[in-house]
Amino acid sequence: MTFLDFEKPISEILDQIEKVKQVAEKGKVDVSKTIIDLENKLKEKRTEIYENLTAWQRVQLSRHPERPYTLDYIKAITNNNFIELHGDRSVKDDKAMVGGFGEIDDQTVMFIGQQKGNNTKMRQFRNFGMPNPEGYRKALRLMRLAEKFNKPIVTFIDTPGAYPGLEAEERGQGEAIARNLLEMSQLTVPVICIIIGEGASGGALGIGVGDKVLMLENTWYSVISPESCSSILWRSWDFKEKAAEALKLTANDMLKNSLIDGIIKEPLGGAHTFPDEMYKTVKEEVLKNIKSLSKQSAEKRIENRIEKFCAMGVIVES
Amino acid sequence: MSWFKRIKEGITTSTNEKKETPEGLWYKCPSCKHISTTQDHAANLFVCTSCGYHEKIASLDYFEIIFDNNEYTEINENITSGDPLVFVDTKKYSDRLVDTQKKSGLKDAIRTAHGTIDGQKLMIACMDFGFIGGSMGSVVGEKISRAIDYSIETRTPLLIISKSGGARMMEASYSLMQMAKTSVKLALLSKAKIPYISLLTDPTTGGVTASFAMLGDFNISEPESLIAFAGPRVVKETIGKDLPKGFQTAEFVLEHGFLDFIVARTELKSKLSSLLKMLAN
Ligand SMILES: [Zn+2]
Repeated sequence: MTFLDFEKPISEILDQIEKVKQVAEKGKVDVSKTIIDLENKLKEKRTEIYENLTAWQRVQLSRHPERPYTLDYIKAITNNNFIELHGDRSVKDDKAMVGGFGEIDDQTVMFIGQQKGNNTKMRQFRNFGMPNPEGYRKALRLMRLAEKFNKPIVTFIDTPGAYPGLEAEERGQGEAIARNLLEMSQLTVPVICIIIGEGASGGALGIGVGDKVLMLENTWYSVISPESCSSILWRSWDFKEKAAEALKLTANDMLKNSLIDGIIKEPLGGAHTFPDEMYKTVKEEVLKNIKSLSKQSAEKRIENRIEKFCAMGVIVES
Repeated sequence: MSWFKRIKEGITTSTNEKKETPEGLWYKCPSCKHISTTQDHAANLFVCTSCGYHEKIASLDYFEIIFDNNEYTEINENITSGDPLVFVDTKKYSDRLVDTQKKSGLKDAIRTAHGTIDGQKLMIACMDFGFIGGSMGSVVGEKISRAIDYSIETRTPLLIISKSGGARMMEASYSLMQMAKTSVKLALLSKAKIPYISLLTDPTTGGVTASFAMLGDFNISEPESLIAFAGPRVVKETIGKDLPKGFQTAEFVLEHGFLDFIVARTELKSKLSSLLKMLAN
């Protein structure tokens, strides 16, 4: 397990529990009471830490190296009933954007999402979850496929941004994202977007125009990362905590500002601590939302989707 | 004085954010160092007579270039930012807004107006780089959204002139969502089959490129404009090498298939007019 700085007290208690268990094994002493006490202490500590997270700590959690990624969610909630589909039919297959049909119980769903890697080699293979234009075009191709066969779409958003590379510019990164924003607003099938980690700017929004946009509790969604914001507005990398607060990028702030539709609670200790619990909750949320959205007509869904995004913004009119 | 009144009285525009052309002064082209009088430079629409360098100009300049007799009706001119996040960096955003408004004479980074071009109806939404780098916040999104409403209601073709560093950081996620808002609205304009011309001028980058600027039925640009999603500095840092010559210029973007044509400012009105006429006939 990897522990973030603010999680250190938790790791210390876990170490203590481990030690007591070892002692018990060797000396055949009854330590059940000690273990119970320690486990209570662990729960208290987790509660204390996780109920008082700062915006920056949530940003750190959203990037936790052991946090589940898109394919982990898809495989878990479809019970591996997933057929991955590749390519944008034009340039190549973008490994930072994955997608395909899967089954949740008896419901077929088109899953799409940015994919990060969980070791050095895979992180490079997945381009750190930063799609190129062909990733956004692949996503759009799959969305149209879902529309054609009348299947709901679930997108998992987890990206530090669209890739700012030379070929990305040549192949129209801006156009690819823009096209998705426009086209997603017109999809006739239900669209559910879930931010499972990092929701950085246009690269996240490029698969984020949905009927329901939900954020897991320990994720962030904004126009820029706190680090880049700090470097641009404060002209130093040292104000990331301050920038994270100012950007109002947490799930709570985003819901309060009516920029998302809901928050999905994470298990105490975060998605990375109890991934199975997390998958279960996400699966329930997906099914619940598909069910309620399916009751509306396609026209109504599109109308609501458009109205929702058009209402975003705060202006003063004199 | 409202714009409507001003037009009725036939007074030509002269506000402080427009390019000033005092008599007897000289303009030195930053590109070729050619020297001309400010009047000659203005008469050539702020394009260098020697090398064709296009100086950045303001929304009112574009209105004057495009609308017949410089007559037009500005709409929603009194919309300003609500500072939804009460944002503070090294300076309060609310102070920044007031300062910029005072200094520039602008309310925000865009003006929207309708009028005619060679007798044909046209709605123009034109960004002003002089207002926090032409950044897109709630005001830009709302004014574009309402310009699109006007275009749909009156079946008037839309021209958006982009000139922007991207999303406005001080409105954070609200700025981000303006990308969705404007694009979603353009879907409705497209369904109504009303022409949308996107003119990308120097510079058009970030969230503006990744939303309405790239969604024209016609994407056009002025020569040598910087057009990018990620700015050149960021791309250079990413790839760790020098960028090829001409990277992210309008000519580069045309070559890669994302623009329909490049038009010099001096030809802009006649080309726009011809295109609209072809669509109408
Ligand atoms: Zn020159």
